[in-house]
Amino acid sequence: MSAAETLTSAVKANAPPAISLERVNKWFGSLHVLRDVNLSVAHGERVVVCGPSGSGKSTLIRCINRLEEHQEGRITVDGIELSDDLKALDAIRREVGMVFQSFNLFPHLTILENCTLAPIWVRKMPKKEAEALAMEYLTRVRIPEQANKYPGQLSGGQQQRVAIARALCMQPKIMLFDEPTSALDPEMIKEVLDTMVMLADTGMTMICVTHEMGFARQVADRVVFMDRGEIVEQGVPETIFNNPQTERLKLFLSQILRGH
Amino acid sequence: MSDVALNENMPNDALPRTAPKRFLGPAAWARENLFSTWWSTAITLALAYLLIRYAVSFVDWAFVNAIWTVPYNAAGQPDASACRDNKGIGACWAIIADKHRFILFGTYPYDEHWRPLLVCMLFVGLYIVSAMRRFWNWRLAVIWAVTLTAIGILMWGGVFGLTYVPQERWGGLPITLILATFGLAFAFPLAILVALGRRSQLPAIKALCVLYVELIRGVPLISLLFMASVMFPLFLPEGINIDKLLRAQIAIILFAGAYLAEVVRGGLQALPKGQYEAADALGLSYWKKTGLIILPQALRLVIPPLVNTFIGFFKDTSLVLIIGIFDLLTAGKTALIEPQWQGFGVEVYITLGLIYFIFCFAMSQYSAGLEAEFNRHRRR
Repeated sequence: MSAAETLTSAVKANAPPAISLERVNKWFGSLHVLRDVNLSVAHGERVVVCGPSGSGKSTLIRCINRLEEHQEGRITVDGIELSDDLKALDAIRREVGMVFQSFNLFPHLTILENCTLAPIWVRKMPKKEAEALAMEYLTRVRIPEQANKYPGQLSGGQQQRVAIARALCMQPKIMLFDEPTSALDPEMIKEVLDTMVMLADTGMTMICVTHEMGFARQVADRVVFMDRGEIVEQGVPETIFNNPQTERLKLFLSQILRGH
Repeated sequence: MSDVALNENMPNDALPRTAPKRFLGPAAWARENLFSTWWSTAITLALAYLLIRYAVSFVDWAFVNAIWTVPYNAAGQPDASACRDNKGIGACWAIIADKHRFILFGTYPYDEHWRPLLVCMLFVGLYIVSAMRRFWNWRLAVIWAVTLTAIGILMWGGVFGLTYVPQERWGGLPITLILATFGLAFAFPLAILVALGRRSQLPAIKALCVLYVELIRGVPLISLLFMASVMFPLFLPEGINIDKLLRAQIAIILFAGAYLAEVVRGGLQALPKGQYEAADALGLSYWKKTGLIILPQALRLVIPPLVNTFIGFFKDTSLVLIIGIFDLLTAGKTALIEPQWQGFGVEVYITLGLIYFIFCFAMSQYSAGLEAEFNRHRRR
């Protein structure tokens, strides 16, 4: 590790984390999907979570904005602890943007309306201002010309870029990506990844669940490998990909690489 | 950017062509669809024979041989003997000419018939305005409130120099429209709340909604109307008497509410979970999520069964005849009791059927248009 890198991580270690999970446990019925998960993400840090399917990685990030409830442990986001307090939950959801595998755009609203809905109704932003903001983000994801179309008229890659713009319109401090490219045709994956790289360059705090190892190498500060509900190994991409310590990670990497 | 078409640099022979046109003349169309095989020809000929034969005899009965007016004697009583001689040969539309005001307005005072007529026109106007999407905002609520108040004033009277007409004398089409319009206008919001309640995570609310739906669906509308008209007053303290029409109206609202709630719930269930999650993730509160994301989509999905239920309830209002409320159908039946018009039921029922059909067909046509318009966003 270079001196500069050591310094950055030291600074990050001292500042309060953007997200912290302490001994988080979760069960679906009798299935133990998260086992004593500890994770701390600093402001501005880009974390890629990978692992075989069913390893609990999606559940992990869905717990961060409480689309799933954890049953044991503490989750703190931007200094606010997740609890049954709905006010606190609303405050957290305002600051945490999420992008889903299946886009989940609202099909009855135009692209522009998809983007302005939450700023207008949650942030109480005037309509004009929200539309200007939405156009700005749509330009940044390079589809401003589609603003008045409906989601069904766009390709998968375009829809996912709209979904990213929609989340960004809430001006979140943290972005969660839940396998954003898994539902896309191969030729559309790149346009979405490019958008995510661009977002990473702005210094956004990001957690991405993805199998795109090229993306992980390019932007991740840290790669977290999960298997059977546990964090098995984590570290900078170089170490994780070139020097895996555990058998489980070695097996996973060999399967991923064989697939490519 | 993959927005650019991938085959942009392909040679010209790969340019898209339009699909081949497939146009058939009427003769070719008939040959292909009606006379393609010998048994297809046989069925076509047999059906054509039956169709023409019965259509001709119906036209003969309903129009060619029909009697449109009958003479009136010195006492102003119609003389239906011509109709009686013509029975089985031609229709006697004279009964409609003679009794149409009674059928439409029942026992409402004859000189005041302009009031229920105006009420019917107000209702139709209300439907037309409600169907126009540019009124779909707060103005529609105001229009409804004003129109329904005006309808109440016109029917009851007692103010603005209008004579008071007690509810017992109302009858005919206004009763049908009042029961159907008020019924569905109140049942629909009730149904939405119950459908949402049935999916609530709060156990008490959920149990209450399930109980309501199952209880109401478990009994026939007739027994509910009986209960409203006979049993309900027994539970009221001495001296308090709720209007009979209002009691029937409440029974219809509760009944329609339970059925519509299940239709709406079907729509809620059909929405992908991702829509709820996306709304949650954006920080929308429960009511904003429901009002802006969930209901607009869920209700669009259930327009066909919703209109189906609406049409069903429009016609079911005729069941109030069993508790002695004088709706359109009852008025028609009563018109037939008069001695000189006995036996001309077919003509009256065809007319009544036509009135019901006009309202129901308008509903179904409107819903088809609405569906097409709402599904625009699905088109590519």
